[in-house]
Amino acid sequence: MSQTAKRLRYVLKRLLQALPIILAIIIVNFFLLHMAEGDAVDVLAGEAGSATPEYMAELRKKFGLDQPLPVQLLVYLKNVITLDLGYSFRHDMPVLDLVLDRFVPTLLLMVSTIILAVGVGIILGLLAATGLNSWRDTLISVFALVTYATPLFWVGLMFIVVFALNLGWFPTSGMENIAMFYEGWDRYWDIAHHLVLPTITLSLFYLALYTRLMRASMLEQAGMDYVTTARAKGLTERRIMFVHVLRNALLPVVTMAGVQVGALIGGSVIVESVFAWPGLGMLAFESLFARDVNLLLGIFLLSAMLVVAVNLIVDIIYSWLDPRIEVE
Amino acid sequence: MRLLEIRNLHVCLPEGSERAHAVEAVDLDLAPNEILCIVGESGSGKSLTARAVMGLLPKPHVRVVDGTIEMDGEDLVSASDARMRDIRGSAISMIFQEPMTALNPVMSIGDQIDEVFRFHVSMGRRERRERALALLEDVHLPDPEYIMRAYPHELSGGQRQRAMIAMALALDPKILIADEPTTALDVTTQAQILKLIKEMQAAHNTGVLFITHDFGVVADIADRVAVMQFGKLVETGTADEVLNNPRHPYTQALIAAVPSLTPRPPRGQSAQPVLQIDSLIKTFRSGGGILGFGGGERIVKAVDDVTLELRRGETLGIVGESGSGKSTVARCIVRLVDADSGRILLNGTDLNGLGRAEMRPFRSSIQMMFQDPFASLNPRTRVGKIIMQGPLLQGVPATEAQAKARELLSIVGLDDRAYDRFPHEFSGGQRQRIGIARALALDPDVLVADEPVSALDVSIQAQILKLLDEIRERMSLSMIFITHDLRVAAQVCDRLAVMRNGEIVETGATAEVFKDPQASYTKELLAAVPGQNWRSA
Amino acid sequence: MRNFWQLYKRNRSAVAGLIILVVVVVVAAIAPILFPQDPFSLAGLAMSPPGENGFLLGSDSLGRDVAAGIAHGAKTSLLIGLLATIVAVGFGTIMGGLAGYFGGKIDDLLMRTTEMFQTIPSFVFAILLVAILKPSINSIVIAIAVVSWPAVARLVRGEFLSLKNREFVQACHTLGMSDIRIMLGEILPNCLSPIIVIGSLMVATAILIESGLAFLGLGDPNIMSWGFQVGAGRTLLRSAWWVVTFPGIAILITVLAINLVGEGLNDALNPRLRERQ
Repeated sequence: MSQTAKRLRYVLKRLLQALPIILAIIIVNFFLLHMAEGDAVDVLAGEAGSATPEYMAELRKKFGLDQPLPVQLLVYLKNVITLDLGYSFRHDMPVLDLVLDRFVPTLLLMVSTIILAVGVGIILGLLAATGLNSWRDTLISVFALVTYATPLFWVGLMFIVVFALNLGWFPTSGMENIAMFYEGWDRYWDIAHHLVLPTITLSLFYLALYTRLMRASMLEQAGMDYVTTARAKGLTERRIMFVHVLRNALLPVVTMAGVQVGALIGGSVIVESVFAWPGLGMLAFESLFARDVNLLLGIFLLSAMLVVAVNLIVDIIYSWLDPRIEVE
Repeated sequence: MRLLEIRNLHVCLPEGSERAHAVEAVDLDLAPNEILCIVGESGSGKSLTARAVMGLLPKPHVRVVDGTIEMDGEDLVSASDARMRDIRGSAISMIFQEPMTALNPVMSIGDQIDEVFRFHVSMGRRERRERALALLEDVHLPDPEYIMRAYPHELSGGQRQRAMIAMALALDPKILIADEPTTALDVTTQAQILKLIKEMQAAHNTGVLFITHDFGVVADIADRVAVMQFGKLVETGTADEVLNNPRHPYTQALIAAVPSLTPRPPRGQSAQPVLQIDSLIKTFRSGGGILGFGGGERIVKAVDDVTLELRRGETLGIVGESGSGKSTVARCIVRLVDADSGRILLNGTDLNGLGRAEMRPFRSSIQMMFQDPFASLNPRTRVGKIIMQGPLLQGVPATEAQAKARELLSIVGLDDRAYDRFPHEFSGGQRQRIGIARALALDPDVLVADEPVSALDVSIQAQILKLLDEIRERMSLSMIFITHDLRVAAQVCDRLAVMRNGEIVETGATAEVFKDPQASYTKELLAAVPGQNWRSA
Repeated sequence: MRNFWQLYKRNRSAVAGLIILVVVVVVAAIAPILFPQDPFSLAGLAMSPPGENGFLLGSDSLGRDVAAGIAHGAKTSLLIGLLATIVAVGFGTIMGGLAGYFGGKIDDLLMRTTEMFQTIPSFVFAILLVAILKPSINSIVIAIAVVSWPAVARLVRGEFLSLKNREFVQACHTLGMSDIRIMLGEILPNCLSPIIVIGSLMVATAILIESGLAFLGLGDPNIMSWGFQVGAGRTLLRSAWWVVTFPGIAILITVLAINLVGEGLNDALNPRLRERQ
């Protein structure tokens, strides 16, 4: 079988493996949210101030909330398959529209963060490993150590104090300056300008993680037998490090990048809330306090799909880096 | 004319090591078209000597501190890094023990060979490719086009070593250093690789520095031999001198420890069976997965309808190459692995199918000894407790078990102080002795020994085999002895069963099998044993 | 034990981490003596900068003493970090051990579960759990443990999986030892080192998660914590930087110290790794 066919089959296999996981996530979250005290009707009624029990019962019936849980779940599952994620009573909008609206900002933040964290992490790890025990290594290691211990929200706030409030280099919050009515390239530039601080904030922790991982991985690979073979062939240290060792050392980093995507979305809740970035994380936080069950389920579903999608991309990259994929 | 001259070579070890120098005052010469074997046990410094020539010592803690290594009059010890890079891979090249780890797993064979050309000569892309293909052809690899594209994991062990040799010979080096190149291979593959090395060496007039621990291999391949012990050279000479007329006591002892290929005379034995294995089958399944996307289920018949009989007091050898299923048979017998079907009759009781609790009373009758002296003892348990565990589980009172453990320690030749120590304080051979004591603590009828001496140096191996022999007599043990080494089998086993691909291809008295093998595979195996013509008497 | 300390001592930054950690523990222990007042109560003039009006680290908009909050918050962070880790390590070890040792269905179930936990954003899951269970020490500990145990389970599973095929374990089978004894007496002692190391690093992560939850307003409302201080101070970013800054530094230093100790443990417990560096 050719390498391409193997690769394709591997990726397909990974995709199929993800389906039951998504299903399990929907079910788990559904039950968790129903464990919560009070439903959307309670919230609506509470806001209205005076609602008779009859009126509330009628509302519940209207929303299907009087059905037994398994039935509600089945109905929900059926709807999900037809891309109907239900209706947000709070926002008075279909969940799909709401969620899709917030999806793009989160995706933007996510992608820029992954690129920054993985890219810079790999470079720093490489620099540290190639200058083992030099001042460069020490500096990078200390940086990684400190960053690894810093709470996200605090870094975000400190960045705002220093770079937004004191230096005025970047805006404090939001995704764009709507009042300016920018269009075309101006608008993209404006968004990019807003993106800088949230991206750096969110990526710092992961950057530290990948730096440490890359450094350790490089050192481990440098002790392998094939490196001795490469030396015995008379290759230069440069070639050995940057071709032989590097490619092998990347494998665990790439795997880790895939594993961390879920955690990254978790971190985006905090970063989005610090920078008022209008993404899924902030929406999730808002809907949690509003007890907007349908909306939360929609966000969870979408973020899980996002993780699955990114993981798939990671798998493709991995299959390209490692010819041994079929050994799974 | 001398190709390589090593004079007064000293290689130091890191501070705090057992000795100050890994290699001490070594003088060696290598002529063109000559194979010089450096023989020694582990820790003799033979590998580091080779690496010193290549300039591949693990610096800075291990380095050449004194002496010269001259190639055609040029000193390699004082050569610059850049000059050494030029030399490595072109004038001197090297092949290693484990071809799987010695090749980069994520780079195709073709690219790995291509690198040698790219870094040493200027040649067009097409020419480099043609040269690489020709090399793969030279080392008799089938379908060189495919091998060029293949990754190391897609080749067999023998093919990988051939590819390594092709890579090493790419630029027609004057010197080839081979560091235990056949140790990780099966005996039939080993024979082919040795033949290939000889063929290539003769064709290219190469001087070969061949590192090995195996005197059989030495007898097959060496023109001259150098014997090393504790970093020092104890004896050098032509192959004939060293192998047939060793002068140094250490060499004499080493050669005496090599088991002879002539089976020892059969012992008187009873015909009464103690263990009968009847139509044993064990298959392993892997892969599969959701909707068959795992690449299809792989079914391996590890043990395919094996029938064997162990008679009281005898030693039955099961021999075969890796993957023959010999270890799986052993594990089925002691019930570490559940056989799919078949019967394992111990004194008439079928063990197969017994549950854990039902099996417990029979545990004391059948015990096992393992291969790896480092993995077979719990690093966190004291030796005394390791030996006592079995009797305690069988309900023997603690004081009695303790006394027994101490007695066994002396039987296997260990000091009484060993009782309170941890396994890591012992050498490989001593650990195997502890393993024997553990197995004997239950007074078994049958001892299943799975490659018990394969991980040991030849002199230690001889001691352990002698101990097993004594114990077998003393405790009237019946033994199943699994080994890949026909020399060992000849000296230990009364009868032999030869296995291949899960099946038994031949059984018979050891002397008969050696003298007149019936199955073609047995003939092939016997023909592949290195050092046939040496010490066959 | 002395040998262990000898090895640990060789890593100087780990010793520094240990000293910092001891200081934090002492501060947490004597907080009620240093600052006998309730940290939530008004202690003086609001919005005092550090060093003024008797506030070492300043006060917030309600006149609460930032330093008192940090001292009392230390206890919260350490307590929650430690409790959550104990629960997660305990549960993860049991699950991972069973899955690695027995394989088959249990193993499949565990692997699918951990994959699920890797797919859902774990922090969001923790937020959700705390919100549903109502914020309290218990719910926070449970939430952190729930999102943390899969990592332990994976590690322990891997260790059990490789150890169960080691020859010394097989030898125990041939002696007729029971599964429970093999797991507890033979395998577990051999994977304690990695469990201790992941446990110590997990305390640090748990403290970070706890502070994140408290920052978002999901802390126990009756207990002072660093995350809460930062969250409460974020509206004062322009006027009173100290309210946000100092609790954040407290988190950073504590987490850093624990990470250093964790690395020191790793070096001391795995001598092979240390020699490579």
